[in-house]
Amino acid sequence: MQIIKKVGLFIFLIGLIIFTILPIVGEFRVSSATFDKVLQEKGISSEIFIREMEKNVVGKEFSGMHSLSPKIANALETANTQHRKNKEYKKVIYTGPHDMAAAVGKVSGKGFLVENKGLMWFLTFGLGILGALLFIIPNVVLLGQKGIKNNGIYHENATNRGWIAWMVFVFLVSFYLVLYFRSEYAVNWTYLVDPISEFLSGNAAGHWFVYGFMYCTVMTVMAVRMYIKYRHNMYQMVRTTSVLFFQIVFAFLIPEIMVRLQMPYYDFKNAFPLDYDFFFQWNLKSLLNSGGIGLFILVWGIVLTLVIVPVMVYFFGKRWYCSWVCGCGGLAETLGDPYRQHSSKSLFSWKVERWLVHSVLVFAVGMTLMTLYSFFTESSTVLGLKTQSVQSAYSLLIGAFFAGVIGTGFYPIFGNRVWCRFGCPLAAYLGFVQRFKSRFRITTNGGQCISCGNCSTYCEQGIDVRAYAQKGENIIRSSCVGCGICSAVCPRGVLKLENGPLEGRINPTTVLLGNDVDLMDLVNKK
Amino acid sequence: MEHIVIIGNGISGITAARHIRKLSDKKITIISPENKYFFSRTALMYVYMGHMKFEHTQPYENWFWKKNRLDLVNGYVTKVDTANKRLLLTSSEEIEYDKLIIATGSKSNKFGWPGQDLKGVQGLYSKQDLELLEANAPNKDVCKRAVIVGGGLIGIELAEMLRSRDIPVTFLVREKSFWDGVLPSGDSQMINEHILEHHIDLKLDTNLQEIIADENGWAKAVVTDKGETIPCNVVGLTAGVTPNIDFLKGSGIELGKGVKVNNFLETNIPDIYAIGDCAEQHEAIGSRRPVEAVWYTGRMMGETLAQTICGRKRAYKPGHWFNSAKFLDIEYQTYGWVFSDRSKKDHEQHFHWRHPKEKICVTIAFQKDTKLLLGINTFGIRMRHEILDRWLTEKRTMDYVLEYLKDANFDPEFCAQYEKAIISQYNDQFGTNISPKKKSWKRIFSNV
Repeated sequence: MQIIKKVGLFIFLIGLIIFTILPIVGEFRVSSATFDKVLQEKGISSEIFIREMEKNVVGKEFSGMHSLSPKIANALETANTQHRKNKEYKKVIYTGPHDMAAAVGKVSGKGFLVENKGLMWFLTFGLGILGALLFIIPNVVLLGQKGIKNNGIYHENATNRGWIAWMVFVFLVSFYLVLYFRSEYAVNWTYLVDPISEFLSGNAAGHWFVYGFMYCTVMTVMAVRMYIKYRHNMYQMVRTTSVLFFQIVFAFLIPEIMVRLQMPYYDFKNAFPLDYDFFFQWNLKSLLNSGGIGLFILVWGIVLTLVIVPVMVYFFGKRWYCSWVCGCGGLAETLGDPYRQHSSKSLFSWKVERWLVHSVLVFAVGMTLMTLYSFFTESSTVLGLKTQSVQSAYSLLIGAFFAGVIGTGFYPIFGNRVWCRFGCPLAAYLGFVQRFKSRFRITTNGGQCISCGNCSTYCEQGIDVRAYAQKGENIIRSSCVGCGICSAVCPRGVLKLENGPLEGRINPTTVLLGNDVDLMDLVNKK
Repeated sequence: MEHIVIIGNGISGITAARHIRKLSDKKITIISPENKYFFSRTALMYVYMGHMKFEHTQPYENWFWKKNRLDLVNGYVTKVDTANKRLLLTSSEEIEYDKLIIATGSKSNKFGWPGQDLKGVQGLYSKQDLELLEANAPNKDVCKRAVIVGGGLIGIELAEMLRSRDIPVTFLVREKSFWDGVLPSGDSQMINEHILEHHIDLKLDTNLQEIIADENGWAKAVVTDKGETIPCNVVGLTAGVTPNIDFLKGSGIELGKGVKVNNFLETNIPDIYAIGDCAEQHEAIGSRRPVEAVWYTGRMMGETLAQTICGRKRAYKPGHWFNSAKFLDIEYQTYGWVFSDRSKKDHEQHFHWRHPKEKICVTIAFQKDTKLLLGINTFGIRMRHEILDRWLTEKRTMDYVLEYLKDANFDPEFCAQYEKAIISQYNDQFGTNISPKKKSWKRIFSNV
């Protein structure tokens, strides 16, 4: 069994290494025909750009994106500088240099990788999946009897912030930086999944398709790990299946199929304000121009946020969204599960959390109000602030850095819910409902707590669960996503997630159950 | 300002300190040589197993103590001068008190076995024991086999810890079946099987004869009363604990097995109290033992004494007995009294249900003629403390308990439910015709 695991790890690493070096290899040849196509698609009328490109790029061979990309960026910059100087604003190209390089690169790739997409898929994704499963599945036997299996988590380098964890950190952060800011380097990855994308939507894959496909793959493989690890706990099994289903079907398949059917790309479970650009002008316009389905999506999106989400939180707590449906939560609960113990439980972190997450909510709502004002009044500024600048700032700071680079990249160091805890505006909104008007609570079982601290240690949201449990109090916290792990790891059966009547939900206790003092007596003396 | 000094920073001492602080503004000093900050002793095993770091066993952050003006003194009390209300520490520091709370807990039992003080022989109680175990048994190469002597709760925890590092374990248990002085035979039998499932070499009905030393004074083998010699590198002595009160000898405080206290947790000397593991009741309360070395009772005594010290004199009046433990993968909870086959009285009858495949079982004790509920043991099923406590107070009968058993279930959502199987077996056995009622929130919260 140990040998199978080692072989699996080896195979996984080979797949990972091939995947990792892909961005810096490959051949590109920009023919004049493909260049014309790009010009047409992007509607470029800048003769300077065309001249520069024809001089330095078209008809030439490039080995590796790093030799092609600077040339394109250069051409773009030269052209734009000149046009701006001449006040020829119509000729200025608004596609960024990296997107331009990605667009040109995507149609210019050649050689082994482009001709053997299937094989290359196998050598990267295939080996990764196979290796990971070989590494994970022997645990069915190795973990022994059903029960909580956290042995060695704080002895293992990978799960105790050792060098492996830091390597994973560097890899994830770099991956997100490429995805958000250097998409041209993801071009080679897009070839791997072209066949799948063409099958689903009819279009070649872009770098966001790579991300979506990879997201689903990683979640599926790590869900297998969840199934094995928590097989004694039915709540975990059902919940894992649910997040997996919503990710694959709602976040990945349906939007792609909608594109094939000439409908707007939309993830029906992605609620505003997590889906922060829902009310952006381009999206509203696109929805309003998409006929019945566009209108339906518009209404659905609004009803989802204003009615469905809070009503469901009332009945089930915010867990129905955060750890049963949400994609960010889904990744955190699968890929992130090995790192859940790293979320800080200190009071200081809780203070930071409240300030940060609510600031993001205010930011998101403020930005959206500006957007709507601009949309209806057709003015580009609100109180002197440019709506578009605020949108760009949000997209960059919150959308890209907080949710992506920090949110996922920091898993191995700060735990798997950094984004959900400190940044997600939807979580902040659901949190208000959960804290003040919900049937959900984690019930503390009388006086059975022994203060061991397993619950707090493994709480991914950094809640000091024990602080409540040892006082016999129910845990009512806005940040709780109801993952149920505190209940699973409790050695004494003290915690239970449940939905019950509002009365008595919050229950500060003076003396714990088991100690027969006359409670009325105590109360009266106060 | 009245100065309250507490010797011992375990659960009972800290609970008392916290509640005194809540109720008053008295000066509070807590003395312990073990660790500066309070930690959960029951969680030490998880540190060795790698589930947690030691810092995670500390329920309060380090700033908590200063903020709540709980002065911590790292020291060992050697003498209590009751006449002058003064404590003497090893550092020859002196601390004066107005009221003294003794909460010094337990120490591991040693029954005079030959070789019991050799290197590599240890108990498992304190933080220092944990550190010693980390040194003695860091992995299976250094510790090729460990022998554990004493089949109680600490023994099985120690076995689980060592197995988490793949160290072969031999488990010597004096009884004919694991913990059968406490557990009824069906429950005990299931745990025997589970111990074997974990590849622990369980030797029942076996006593330690002696521990043999190698040339360096380290344990190298144990000899059992069956004449067997078992080579090993570590010997765990886990045959129970005894109150940690040696430093009080000659102080004038009345001692028995522990510090003798009355119902108000007062010793024979005014202004000196004892709580937790180290306290011994003059007369046992109900079916409880005079010395209760249990987390929960320690905490309850702390809660009670805080009231007394703050001028609301209150007797220690524990409610219905409850306890819990975990035997490897099997969680155990008990409410009320379920006695073992050995110690149960004639009027106590048991109903035992066991899952055909899984390691799950239930034993319910009731009065033979009236069918009144006496207590329940559950293994692999979680029960709701409030409900069982209420049923015991309300003196419910078996018919009632089984009918409403679903109200008492505390397993996580979606878990398999066993009430139907349990009740159908009871119906078969006792010729009743009980059918389970659906779980009702209204009943569960009826007296909240």
